[in-house]
Amino acid sequence: MAEEDRWLDEEAGPVVRPYALTRGRTRPAGEALDLIALVTAVRGVEVDTVELDPEHLALLEMCRLPASVADLAADLDLPLGVVQILLADLRVRSLIHVHHPTPPAQLPDPRILREVADGLRRL
Amino acid sequence: MASGGSEARGGPGEAPVTIKILIAGGFGAGKTTLVGAVTEIRALRTEEPLSGPGAYVDHLDGVEQKATTTVAMDFGRITIRDNLVIYLFGAPGQERFWFLWDELASGALGAVVLADTRRLADCFPSVDFFERRRVPFAVAVNCFDGARRYHPEDVRAALDLDRGVPVVLCDARQRSSARDVLVALIEHARRGLQQARTAGTIV
Repeated sequence: MAEEDRWLDEEAGPVVRPYALTRGRTRPAGEALDLIALVTAVRGVEVDTVELDPEHLALLEMCRLPASVADLAADLDLPLGVVQILLADLRVRSLIHVHHPTPPAQLPDPRILREVADGLRRL
Repeated sequence: MASGGSEARGGPGEAPVTIKILIAGGFGAGKTTLVGAVTEIRALRTEEPLSGPGAYVDHLDGVEQKATTTVAMDFGRITIRDNLVIYLFGAPGQERFWFLWDELASGALGAVVLADTRRLADCFPSVDFFERRRVPFAVAVNCFDGARRYHPEDVRAALDLDRGVPVVLCDARQRSSARDVLVALIEHARRGLQQARTAGTIV
């Protein structure tokens, strides 16, 4: 039995379908993108539509304006882990720009949390 | 009401700030309700291969890659102003989902632990989790119709919480109530950061 056929029994269902998009990879290239990292498609670069899958191209389309990883996963209706892998593929090809969230302890301006609380009170 | 500032600080050149807040608690404690009370709920699913640390792979030697679990999470977004957005994530609080929480908790400003006084023990794992990882959290006691009302201090004692941890009674269905819970958490997190800065542990 070929190596790749070993997983294709009835129990493999949930794995095979979404992770087929990632060619079986379950970990992204490099560090996983945080759920609230903001992703923006890099403009003016040539995209190799042969090398990329439709889902990659859909993601590029969806992040023409900055979008969070969580929003992209919800919009694409794919599991988060799959979307993180697809985004990492785009990052490796320098097709997206990633803005990593600032850890709370490193927020440049502590007053920003006061602004957040005030903003919430106005909801 | 705060005046001005938003235009001055929200200029196009400013780096966006995204803030992550987690909503934890036992099954049926009202996580989805609370997120839905303050913003539109979006569904996020994870179809996680159970191969990370903490996953139940001991009895699956060699077939780790086959084991997955699907976990549905709710999330919502609150835009405070341009370039300042809060993301709320509600996820199941049971210990078997810790692999998910590790990723969620990384970089989180804080967490709300929703407690149902009829099943208070359901929120113990969440409280433990955030205490151990030093993630600031507030406990929101969701006052379900017909459930006996408790004083916040009784809940604090029952959960053995530190004095500083806010305990708030809430009705997760009410926007104003859900909002007050979030404000209590943010003020708590802000005080913690301020103290850490003053003490010099954060440069």
